Amino acid sequence: MMAFLKLLARNQLALAGLVVMALVVLLALITPLLPLADPNATNTPARFTEPFSDGALLGTDHLGRDLLSRLMWGTRLSLAVGFAAAVIAATIGAAIGIIAGYYGGRTDNVIMRVVDVLMAFPYILLALAIVAALGPGLMNALIAVAAVNIPFFARNIRGITVGIANKEFVDAARLAGLSNTKIILTEILPNVIPVIVIAMSTTIGWMILETAGLSFLGLGSQPPVADLGSMLGEARSALITNPHTSIVPGVMILIIVMAINLLGDGVRDALDPRLKSGALSRPLPATLVDRTRQPGGPADETALLHLSDLQTQFHVGARIFRAVGGVDLRIQPGECLGLIGESGSGKSVTALSIMGLVASPPGKITGGSVFYRGEDLIGAPYEKLRSLRGRRVAYIFQDPLATLHPLYTVGEQLIEAVRSHYNTPKDEARAHAIDLLKSVRIPNAEDRVDNYPHELSGGMRQRVGIAMALANDPDVIIADEPTTALDVTVQAQILTLLDDLRRERDVAILFITHDFGVVAQLCDRVAVMYAGRIVEQGTTDEILSHPAHPYTSRLMACVPELGGGQRRLEAIPGLPPVVDNLPEGCAFADRCNKARDACRQGDIPLDTLGQTRRVRCIDPETEEATA
Amino acid sequence: MGRYILRRLISAIPVLLGISVIVFAIMAMIPGDPALAILGSYATPENVAELNRDLGLDKPLVQRYFVWLGNLLQGDLGRSFNLNRPVLDEVLERFNATLILAGTAFVLCSILGIAAGVMSAARQYGLADKAITFAVLLGISIPSFFLGMMMILIFAVNLRWFPVSGMWPIYGTRDIWALIDHLTMPALALSVVATGVIARLSRSAMLEVLRQDFIRTARSKGVHERGIVWRHALRAAMVSIIPVLGIQAGFVLSGAVYIERVFQWPGIGQMLVDAILRRDLLLVQGGVVFVAACYVLFNIIVDVAQSLLDPRIKT
Repeated sequence: MMAFLKLLARNQLALAGLVVMALVVLLALITPLLPLADPNATNTPARFTEPFSDGALLGTDHLGRDLLSRLMWGTRLSLAVGFAAAVIAATIGAAIGIIAGYYGGRTDNVIMRVVDVLMAFPYILLALAIVAALGPGLMNALIAVAAVNIPFFARNIRGITVGIANKEFVDAARLAGLSNTKIILTEILPNVIPVIVIAMSTTIGWMILETAGLSFLGLGSQPPVADLGSMLGEARSALITNPHTSIVPGVMILIIVMAINLLGDGVRDALDPRLKSGALSRPLPATLVDRTRQPGGPADETALLHLSDLQTQFHVGARIFRAVGGVDLRIQPGECLGLIGESGSGKSVTALSIMGLVASPPGKITGGSVFYRGEDLIGAPYEKLRSLRGRRVAYIFQDPLATLHPLYTVGEQLIEAVRSHYNTPKDEARAHAIDLLKSVRIPNAEDRVDNYPHELSGGMRQRVGIAMALANDPDVIIADEPTTALDVTVQAQILTLLDDLRRERDVAILFITHDFGVVAQLCDRVAVMYAGRIVEQGTTDEILSHPAHPYTSRLMACVPELGGGQRRLEAIPGLPPVVDNLPEGCAFADRCNKARDACRQGDIPLDTLGQTRRVRCIDPETEEATA
Repeated sequence: MGRYILRRLISAIPVLLGISVIVFAIMAMIPGDPALAILGSYATPENVAELNRDLGLDKPLVQRYFVWLGNLLQGDLGRSFNLNRPVLDEVLERFNATLILAGTAFVLCSILGIAAGVMSAARQYGLADKAITFAVLLGISIPSFFLGMMMILIFAVNLRWFPVSGMWPIYGTRDIWALIDHLTMPALALSVVATGVIARLSRSAMLEVLRQDFIRTARSKGVHERGIVWRHALRAAMVSIIPVLGIQAGFVLSGAVYIERVFQWPGIGQMLVDAILRRDLLLVQGGVVFVAACYVLFNIIVDVAQSLLDPRIKT
């Protein structure tokens, strides 16, 4: 509760709303004590006095009544009526909702059908019908406004109650032999009341507006007593000659409703956990670049892609997560490089950083370079990045259901991939799309092209994902765990397909995975990633047969081998470190059984080991293995 | 698709029946003698007894409901005693005027609201976003009847851009330009609140969608940012925006009652308020049932639009 109030207080607009509302309520409460003129005392000779004149601060109305006094009394009445309507609607609505939700079955069914029908009315029609039946008058307007809002409360509270009625503590109360009434009063109601209060606070402004509206139409408060709505209604005839009589009550309604809305927004925001975590911020077209460190380099001109000292961070509140902490990778034309690591090791962020696809906020590239054919892409203009995305550097993502647009056919999405870069006529692009689907071995490509993603199986969807990556014959495909979401037989098919395609088309692949089996099947070289850095790099054969870094060898010890049933699978103790507070020295030291003091001091470089290998360890294992 | 529409139409029948029961029940709640209420206090006892017989009010409630429903289904909503003409004729004529006003306002608030919401989301925390957010807050807080009065004061009385009130010029031709001239201010005033609500919802729906994986996929294909926002994100966001458009149509229809009063628009809202003040109960009953039924049908259209937009809905 305190945390909630603190959050609310931090929202300045909500605070302003609260202050204004408190002030208005206070004034309304003390109105009878203030030295105001009689709100209903007419003084026709002094009608339509201008505001700020002697004896009438806000002027007088068409009968010479003091506007300030009428405004104060009117506000008092409007607030009281709005509040009463909210309380009545909330009480009756909640009672109905709780009964429907708690008893369920037929009771629930009948009640909810009636609620449905009531909600099928445009709300004011119902209010008008009720006022028509009861006759005009403030009390009847109040009843009408309360009545039309009952279904809203009933439906909301019913939903909450259904959730609570199936909880264990309610079952326990039933087993203890408590009566239904008692359970509702002692177990259900206390849990529902906060929801009722919040729903009430968000609708009270609405109720004030509605009763004012009915009064404005002449169906609410009757002369001489006036609430804000009927003041406005009476002033309408003098709108052109004496606008101040309309403006005074109108602005008051505006102030009240605005203050309540600000407060309501503040309450809603304070209760929404997504806002605090920044989960509702919009990712920019390309990842923000804020290179405080020198760009990496120099570029390796022979490599297709050269990542040099690449650093990507996530800034969440005061915490900085160094997801990628200086990664060096080279991908030669036509080669398949595997990037392997546990979840959270930074491999996906590395892959997304290449084309600036890390969501920012909160992501940010803070250092290093990504050279594409010798040209640094970090900090390149958006249009440059866009023209390379999908045309020269393409992506395949993990879950093909979430990564394909659900409302466009696969054909439309393939055509778009082509037409984002080339002015291909639509029919030509469509023919190309069908060819692409055939090349990823989708049967009946001519029909499938018009399917929506949800109409395809998981494996088919991933084939579409691959077809999309191939659409513009890229130089390199970055495949971010493309088989993880698929079942094993489909996995194997997709891997074979990727392997065939890369040999046919001579396209380089950066293959991100946590699976050594996949690496063995597909990759020429492997880089092992831990806590945002590369800890070992080499050819697939070397690394699989003689892992040099203790982490690699421990990781491989976790992989079950077919037919190797006798071997004990060794889990690595502990968890990967959280990357907002990395220890000095080797990030793996805490989990490594060879760790010594030297491991925890200074930066440990990625040293070369033999001709093709590099390892970030002061005590690599291969020396013994090769010795 | 045809079958889906048929199914939705059939499922609306119980709702329509429910509406008729509720309206009938509310009218049956009227304290005292309804015939006396209809005829006014000067009626002779013979007149009252005769009307009671005419209306079938001497019969039991349930029987009266079915008589009323039978007449209703044949298009007989009774006769307005004040206007001395069939209720249906009056209701149709007035509803026509309301449809022009509310329909225009609905189109306005849908287009303006969605456009504002999308622009706001596309430039989150930017200047445009802050300006739109503030305008939206103002828009949803101002009572439409007060806004309408202020618009008359500024744009009709002071600037003389538009006529003060009414639907047609008193003299002169009743052509489309005259109508637009009279329609602009009330339609704008009526659309403001709904525009604000739709803009708010569109903004949050867009922000939600813009974080989805398929947006990243579109970016990775090299789709222009304009295409990302308007083609990919908006299309997906529409799935959650369209139901709200349906709800807002009800609010626009409701708000029309106030706006018609402010601008002296000869619509059904004005008719209902006048009928209530004159105790012309058959007119109220007929008007309410008619408009509520139209709103139910409109919501079916919304559902069909939704199913056309989202292929995942089984039709």
